[in-house]
Amino acid sequence: MTDGMHESFWAALIAFPFLQRALLAGWLASIGCGAIGSFVVVKRIGFLAGGIAHAVLGGMGIALYLGFDPMAGALLAAVFSALLVGWVTLAWREYEDTLISAIWAVGMAVGVLFIALTPGYDKDLMSYLFGNVLLVGKQDLLLMAGLDVLLVAIVALWYRQFVAVAFDERFAAQRGLRVKLVYLSLLVLVAMTVVLLIQVVGLILVIALLTLPSAMAAHYIRRLGGMILLAMLIGMALASIGLLVSFQQDWPGGATIIIVTGIAYLLSTLWHAWRQHR
Amino acid sequence: MSTAVVSIEHVDFDYNGLRVLEDVSLTVEQGEFLGIVGPNAGGKTTLLRLLLGELKPDRGKVRVLGRKPAEARQHVGYVPQYPLFQRDFPITVEQVVLMGRLTPRSLGFRYTREDHRVAERVMEQVEIADIARRSIGRLSGGQTQRVLLARALVGEPSLLVLDEPTANIDQRRETDIFDLLRQLNERITIIVVSHDIGFISAYVNRVACLNRTLLCHSTAELDADTITRMYGGHVHHVEHVHD
Repeated sequence: MTDGMHESFWAALIAFPFLQRALLAGWLASIGCGAIGSFVVVKRIGFLAGGIAHAVLGGMGIALYLGFDPMAGALLAAVFSALLVGWVTLAWREYEDTLISAIWAVGMAVGVLFIALTPGYDKDLMSYLFGNVLLVGKQDLLLMAGLDVLLVAIVALWYRQFVAVAFDERFAAQRGLRVKLVYLSLLVLVAMTVVLLIQVVGLILVIALLTLPSAMAAHYIRRLGGMILLAMLIGMALASIGLLVSFQQDWPGGATIIIVTGIAYLLSTLWHAWRQHR
Repeated sequence: MSTAVVSIEHVDFDYNGLRVLEDVSLTVEQGEFLGIVGPNAGGKTTLLRLLLGELKPDRGKVRVLGRKPAEARQHVGYVPQYPLFQRDFPITVEQVVLMGRLTPRSLGFRYTREDHRVAERVMEQVEIADIARRSIGRLSGGQTQRVLLARALVGEPSLLVLDEPTANIDQRRETDIFDLLRQLNERITIIVVSHDIGFISAYVNRVACLNRTLLCHSTAELDADTITRMYGGHVHHVEHVHD
């Protein structure tokens, strides 16, 4: 029975280009997720990343309303909201919680409002929020691949500085590193990763894919470099399994990928805890 | 330009309207091993942060190695009281120590052969070579302290600043660390900040007593009267060792 279903998935994968593109999109998203998500996890800025992700909807809505490409709008909005969140955390650290919550909600509200004001676009809201991986086009894949190349290149080039700032900002400053610049760059990279993920899981679910594969990798590897590579592989595997399940059950792709990821994270955490207390 | 490693002239510093430092002047010459002592909240940490360029004085002038503190910071090795990083950060002792070699121009993944050579030598010196590949989260308090010291030393600083090096570790290890510092002092000027007046005076060659303002600065002058003025007569044990 299960074998038959698997066969039908493989057959479908060969037969339907949209499934191939969906799978490729999942993999491309996993590359960025592993590289940037690992920094989000070790620096513990999941909440910041969530704020950035949701604020992106504001930019997409405005872009739609003005008649621009929503993805270009998303990219601009992502960079803008990352800098906004970064500025807030640097200038008003004591109110960080409140201010990020505000950016989070107001960004989304702006997005919903502008999408509502744009004629004929009500259906797209759902796909921005929850993704529509089966509708990923060639253009989207090219954009995702381009973002991946950019993300990986930037992380590779400034790797040690990113690690130093993530590890100990005060010491990094003592070494003369431009800590604020590196920190803001990291947030911009987080924002770019969010855009990478919008097509696959949508921006509400982004935060799970950004953090959970890396958090799982941290259960097994105690070096950041290895953690990044393993997180990429875990992300790819979970995206593939999620797609397979969603195709078989005819469930929404993004939500299924997230549920599969959540279950995997839970199992991994239990396994990790059991191993530690044995 | 003077040879003074640190020169502080008539420095005031207010924190939230409260005067933390008042008219503090202090000169540290090359090769000194200075202890800054004083009660908690006496301004020690503030003075230290002025030296590191993390704070600017409200009045007066601070110079480190003849430059503004912010410009001299790469030549200052700093060992914090407590590690500020997350203990579960996925990184080895060796990689933490190597961070002391970073500069704004460090690109890519790899440190140079020279960086590795210096790191190995320093790790031998502070006796952590055997735990070089261990994760940072799996160290004892004393081991962590040594890693922080090594990280400060690999930058080959002209001035080494330690904040409460006795705060976090057991007594035997403290002695070890101070013996090590005495060795290092042959090449490097050292400033140690501590509330533990008795312990510190056995090692340093000059003591500055700080409680908002600078009360004295020499070991010889550190008598019971000063201590009473500084701490208010609640010192239980002061050990004085003069050679």
